[in-house]
Amino acid sequence: MAIEKYYHAHEVNREACDGRMECLRACPTDAIRVKDGKAHFISELCVDCGECLNACPHGAFVPLADTLEGTPRKGKLRVAVPSPVLYSQFPSEAGPRRILRGLLQIGFDHVFDVAKACDWATLATRLYLKEHTGRWPVISSFCPAVVRLIQVKYPELTKNILPLQAPREITAREAKRKLARENGISESEVEAVYITPCPAKVVSIRQPAEGTRSFLDTAIAISEIYPALREAVSEPDHEIKDELFEDITYGPGWSSLGGITGLLETKRWIAVSGMSDVTKLLDDIENSKLRNVEFIEAAACLGGCIGGSLVVENVYVARSRTIRLAQKYGHNIARHEHRAERLYHSGFFSLESPIAPRPLSPLDPDIAKAIAKVKERDEIYASLPKIDCGACGSPTCMAFAEDVVKGYAELSACVVSAARAAH
Amino acid sequence: MSGERDIVLREQFSVAGRDFGRAGTVSTTIKSMLKQIGFPPDVIRRVAIATYEAEMNVVVYADRATVTFEVTPAEIVVTLEDQGRGIADIEEAMREGFSTATDEIREMGFGAGMGLPNIKKNSDDLKVTSEVGVGTTVRIKVLAHQ
Repeated sequence: MAIEKYYHAHEVNREACDGRMECLRACPTDAIRVKDGKAHFISELCVDCGECLNACPHGAFVPLADTLEGTPRKGKLRVAVPSPVLYSQFPSEAGPRRILRGLLQIGFDHVFDVAKACDWATLATRLYLKEHTGRWPVISSFCPAVVRLIQVKYPELTKNILPLQAPREITAREAKRKLARENGISESEVEAVYITPCPAKVVSIRQPAEGTRSFLDTAIAISEIYPALREAVSEPDHEIKDELFEDITYGPGWSSLGGITGLLETKRWIAVSGMSDVTKLLDDIENSKLRNVEFIEAAACLGGCIGGSLVVENVYVARSRTIRLAQKYGHNIARHEHRAERLYHSGFFSLESPIAPRPLSPLDPDIAKAIAKVKERDEIYASLPKIDCGACGSPTCMAFAEDVVKGYAELSACVVSAARAAH
Repeated sequence: MSGERDIVLREQFSVAGRDFGRAGTVSTTIKSMLKQIGFPPDVIRRVAIATYEAEMNVVVYADRATVTFEVTPAEIVVTLEDQGRGIADIEEAMREGFSTATDEIREMGFGAGMGLPNIKKNSDDLKVTSEVGVGTTVRIKVLAHQ
């Protein structure tokens, strides 16, 4: 029904889908419809949050991430850039060092830890907030699903998005530069592979909204890599190239909710997660209800990135581990201050281009006709049972009324109205 | 100028005084309808802010209100008719910084005296009429073409 202009990192396996509509109710942007017993989603409405992947009892929503074995190498060197979420998927006794070594054992040529870039990005955010003169509050840009939600449903708020690179991108860019220099090859010969906790980051790599390009080339799900990595991590110790991992640090920020805001100088912040609460907060910002708030840390997944749909561990277990890891490997980010400040002023962290709105098309390109259609929709809605049963294949009675006005659905598809009329 | 002018969308909502939990829902609903119609983002923003402020005034100061929302391709009009204590001196209430709240309350961040001036700032025409002990009517108009 819509032009497939936007890339998405998941698709529906029609054979696995038995039309149970769990996804229909779970989708926070009402993007899913069930027609002839099969789910499909409307591309322009989908913001890649991954709720449908979590909701489907049959795994009919399939992530389209790369695989360890199946994706051909894209250069001479393959380097892993693991999301810090990966560390929380193992008992905290395993520690980052064993896990990074494990990545080498399962076939990566190098690994680059994201922790340092997380510290840098936190410091850069501090500097940005100090100098910011535009609209408040500034909204974090690390969660691609939140960025897309803003582009689609809150186009005016794209101006509030922090125009800085996410730590994963900074790390990938650094890894490419360093390895290209050290090995006398071009940066394009270094393949940067993100080990991702969610499909939204796969999308941000393949169709970035946050800049003109991504420095990452490939994205493999944590859940995909976990079996092989688990085996490697649980092997008894053997020789480790320790010099590779001398500088292991761990910051819980950027993977667990509240981590970034806790390290900012301003205390006027709000940390929010979960699509429905993020939506409510964005509504408040648009109404100018939130005053005296400088920074919003927003993640689409409940609890932050550790709640992503491509992880294996329970989000609360993972949260407990991130706290323990931070106690063990935590550190004072102030030691990076000088370097980060210099880099910040050189534009090192800046996005290459501002984030543009991606507003939904109105009900009609002509305003007068659009008003008539809203009127028609409201009249149809008034006649509906308003129980949001979903039997028609639209997620709510309101969405159904809209689908009828748009010509996507027939009024006769409402079985409840039909049954009532028959009595 | 018939045709375009004839198309009017009219909706009514109610706002309950003291219901802070639901404060803002009317302006959010109005905002989402304006987005679907396709008004320019800046127009929507002004309507949303003005309506939200007016809605908050009802929640804080009045007992209840009826909100009438009227849209034509040329303009958006939001009228809030409340039953409540009313405003004694409208001219004074329109002044930036004027507030009936005590200093102590204002230090806590409440009643900053920005409500009516902020509505005025975000509308193209604002009419406020009031009768003490009866209620206040606020009529906000925003033009579709800025």
